[in-house]
Formats: sequence, C-alpha cells, structure tokens
Amino acid sequence: MRKIAIASGKGGTGKTTVATNLAAVASRDSIRVAYLDCDVEEPNGALFLRPQIQEKWPVNVSVPGVEEGMCTGCGLCREICQYGAVAVVNRNVLVFPELCHGCAGCWMVCQTGALVESKRTIGRLEMGRADKVDFVQGILNIGEAMSPPVIREVKAAAADADLLIIDSPPGTSCPVIESIRDADYVLLVTEPTPFGLNDLVLAVETVRTLALPFGVLINRSDTGDGQTLDYCRKQDIEVLAEIPDDRRVAEAYSRGELACDAVQDYSAVFASLVKRLLKG
Amino acid sequence: MGKKHQELVIISGKGGTGKTSIVASFAALAGKCVLADCDVDAADLHLVLDPQVIRSEDFSGGKRASVITGKCTACGTCAQVCRFNAVTFDGPPNSRAEKTFRIDPIACEGCGVCSWFCEDSAIDFGPAVNGEWFVSETRHGPMVHARLGIAEENSGKLVSLVRKEAVNLAEERGIGLVVIDGSPGIGCPVIASITGADMVLVVTEPTVSGLHDLLRVADLTRHFATPAMVCINKWDLNPRVASEIEEQAGRQGLGIAGKVRYDRAVTKAQISRLSVVEYQDNGCSGDIRSVWKSVSSLMQSG
Repeated sequence: MRKIAIASGKGGTGKTTVATNLAAVASRDSIRVAYLDCDVEEPNGALFLRPQIQEKWPVNVSVPGVEEGMCTGCGLCREICQYGAVAVVNRNVLVFPELCHGCAGCWMVCQTGALVESKRTIGRLEMGRADKVDFVQGILNIGEAMSPPVIREVKAAAADADLLIIDSPPGTSCPVIESIRDADYVLLVTEPTPFGLNDLVLAVETVRTLALPFGVLINRSDTGDGQTLDYCRKQDIEVLAEIPDDRRVAEAYSRGELACDAVQDYSAVFASLVKRLLKG
Repeated sequence: MGKKHQELVIISGKGGTGKTSIVASFAALAGKCVLADCDVDAADLHLVLDPQVIRSEDFSGGKRASVITGKCTACGTCAQVCRFNAVTFDGPPNSRAEKTFRIDPIACEGCGVCSWFCEDSAIDFGPAVNGEWFVSETRHGPMVHARLGIAEENSGKLVSLVRKEAVNLAEERGIGLVVIDGSPGIGCPVIASITGADMVLVVTEPTVSGLHDLLRVADLTRHFATPAMVCINKWDLNPRVASEIEEQAGRQGLGIAGKVRYDRAVTKAQISRLSVVEYQDNGCSGDIRSVWKSVSSLMQSG
C-alpha cells in the first residue's frame, strides 16, 4: 500500500480537487484506491466523489466521568490536569469535558474512584464506496475544538488498498500533522501568489520537520508570479505538475463535478500524476 | 458602561475564499483600527500590510515532556501510561540499559502523565516555546500577529492571546474597532477567534464546497451566539450557486453583507503588496466598499 497525503499551507489551493480526481482516475485504471477525507472540520470530498455511505458510527473520546459522593477533595486530579478540565470545590469534582484531551491522568491519580473513564462523542465516521473508490470521511461535531481524534479514527478505518489518498486539512498545526505523519509521500498543492508561497514555505518546513518525502503541485500556474517556481528550484523541490487556470475546471468544481469527468484532457493529467506518485 | 471597542472577525469555513484580501481592504477602509491576524498557522496579512515590528515575544502554550536519558531505567511505565503513542523504546543507551525510552515531541500532547508516573524522576516536564507573537505598526493602524512554531500545538491559545493583545492595544490607544483575520475550519483556532466577538463576517464562494462549509460555520456562530453576516466572494463564477447561498443564508437568519465580483486585480494587488481597494478604484473594489459599508453600519447600530 502506498499512502499519499495531499496537503497545503494555504486553504483553497485545490487539495480536494487534486485528491478526488486522483482517486477517481486511479480507480478506473484497476488500481485499488481508498480515499480518506481527513479535513474533518470541513469535509468536501463527498461532494465530488458522491459515495454511497454504507456505514456510520460515532467517534468517541475518553473523558473523566464523576461518581457522585466519592470525592475527598484531595485535588490530585486538578494538579495533574494540564488543560484546566477538572476543578475541585470542597469535596466535589467538576469536569469540563470540552477542555479534556483524554490523557487519562485524572482518573489514574484518583485514589477514591470519584473519577472514572467515560466516553463522549465528538464526531462521526462515514464509510462507503464511490464507484470503485473505498471512501471514508470523518465529520467533527459543531462546537468541538479538537479534530485530531476524529482524524485518527478516519485513518484507522482505511481499508487495504494499493493507493491510499489522504485529503488533509489546510494549515500546519496539529490536524495537519495528524493527517500526514505516516504518509509515504506528501503532495503539497499551492498557487503561485505571495500568500500561496508564504504558506507553501511553512508547509515545506512542516514536512521537512516530519522527515517525509514530498513534492509540489502548482495549481492555477499561469496566475500570480514566478516566485513559487524560483523557490522550488532553489530549494531543490520537485514540481510534479503545473496546472494552468481553467475556467471550465473552476465551473465544474463549483457544481461539484470532477474535472476528470467534466473537462476533456484532465483525465490524462491526473493519470500521469498517479503514475508519478506510485513510483515513489 | 460597556466596552469601548468592537471586534469584527472574518472567517470562511472553507479556505482560500478571500478572507485575508477582504481584511486588508477593510483595514484600508476603516480609517483606524487594530488588526489581529488570528490565522496563526498560515498567517498572510503581513504580506500586504508590511508591519514594522515594535515588540516580539515568545509564546508558550503548554509544557512538553522529555526523557533524561541518564536517569531512565527502561522500566516502560511512561509508554504504558501515554495515551498518545508518543513514547518509543528507541532512545540512546545508558549505564543501566542498552536502550532507553524516548518521547516524540511531535506526538506529545503535553499532558505530563508520563512524568508524573515515572518513579525514577527521569522525565523532565517544562514549558515549551510553541511560537512567537508580535505587535507592529502598519499604514492602517497597529497590528498583532503571530507565528505558530512548525508542527506545534496550542493554536487556540495563541489565537486567544493575539486577540487579547489586540483588544488591549485598542483600549490603550482609544481605537474603536478590532478587525480579526480568522483561520479556516471550525476547530479550536476558529472557536477561539469568534467567541464573544461582536460580529462575524463569513466570506464564502459560490461553489458546492463553499456552501457546505458556510452552513457548518453558520451553525458554529449560532452555537456560540455570535452575530454573523455573509459575503459572497467571486459570486459571478457561478451565479446559480450564489443565489442558492443567498437563499440558504436567509433561511438561517444570516444577513448578506454583499457580493464581490471575481476580479484578477485581487491577485495583482497581492503581488504589489497592496489591498485591492488601494490598488484600484473600479472592479471589485466598489463591491468591497459596499460590503464594508453594510458591515460597519450594522456594527455601529449595535
């Protein structure tokens, strides 16, 4: 199995377009493909791949539960918690589950059984098939702050495949790290604008920190300026593809259609990218 | 008496809809405001506003554990208690063991449970520097911005800090408006940027993803009881989806602050390091002006 993560520092550069088209094109070339939507805050892959969802289940995280009347007010739970998720008032322990990171410290240090491990639902997983593509997406519940546990579940649910496409959220912080950390290769999608380049540099620093092999795809390559290409050359970063701005692709995207289906020639563009990505 | 300043947050749900370009234009149109770049893991506003840094500080959002190799007895308790798979048995040898335990700083969540339970006091647990934050002067007013360290945690805490410093600056200098550039998504940095704000402007685009993500962000603003309006950027790329957005936003009780046409001048302005309203008077600049007018008049009327 080859795990390819599609990521970017800046949002809206075309991650989902690239990820969904790669998945669709590869699957039609008798490659077993699994697509994982790890952008669990704003998952969009389903809008393009239109999967038949066969299974759904909640994503739960561990949080402390309170056993009434057991607290002696010793305060150890409050002392170990780094997130301000437990408070002790007289002989009562109060829990703020939305601040909890699930480290288990509080119920492990509790000597009286006042705190026990319990579960809380923060999102859900959906699995199904989109034509020949195995599809998994995670959806974070509105109001929940922490997406990494949902991303972990998405990745754990991946079926066996020849090619695993991980559609990552934008940025460079924990949700991105969780999405890409065990990938075999990271494809960074960017656009050749000052904002795009600034965020590409951050993304490159991130994948280098994680010591992951990576390359760049420049989307809307004929807009903006030449600085992005210069940067990649100077840094000896492989540019796998340059895709010019194409109103037909933008329109297909706006309607929720795959470019490889809606616009002539794009099937070939993504097929050659699949070939390159499978090579390693 | 209420507070003397107001906070306007620009977010989008979906990335790349044009938040930062709108914020830069608002900064130019506002006359005087304090700017806060709360998109701390991919900050871009500084590229247009050319801030002159007058103060910079380290940001520590939490602690981090690390094994003191010389004291490790390789008992493995740390690996057993860690819930984040951050402890691996591949550390360097010492006088007691051929291999010791090691903590992966990227996987470490900073909970300190390993350090607490280590019987040999072999795990150091101290403050981690997770980034930097800055106070700067720009041609449109002071700005607070930050840079989260690579692969760092605690972006929500850094966002809260940037916001707080921006508000302090507004009070100090008697400036009535804080304009906040938010991050994409609906997770911790977004929650930290909108809770308690006076107004949220959601910048969306006329695509099925733009609409999908707008509805999730609208739910989020409702969840935190923050008033919100919508701006449809590049609306003419798909007028049919744009009117679908207007209709759905109306059904959710979200006002439309305005529509901004697609204009390649936005990218050209960015390359010239200017906001688009400074770059040109015609095209989308007029649209942005009228969005600004409806947002600012609504905020003034409270």
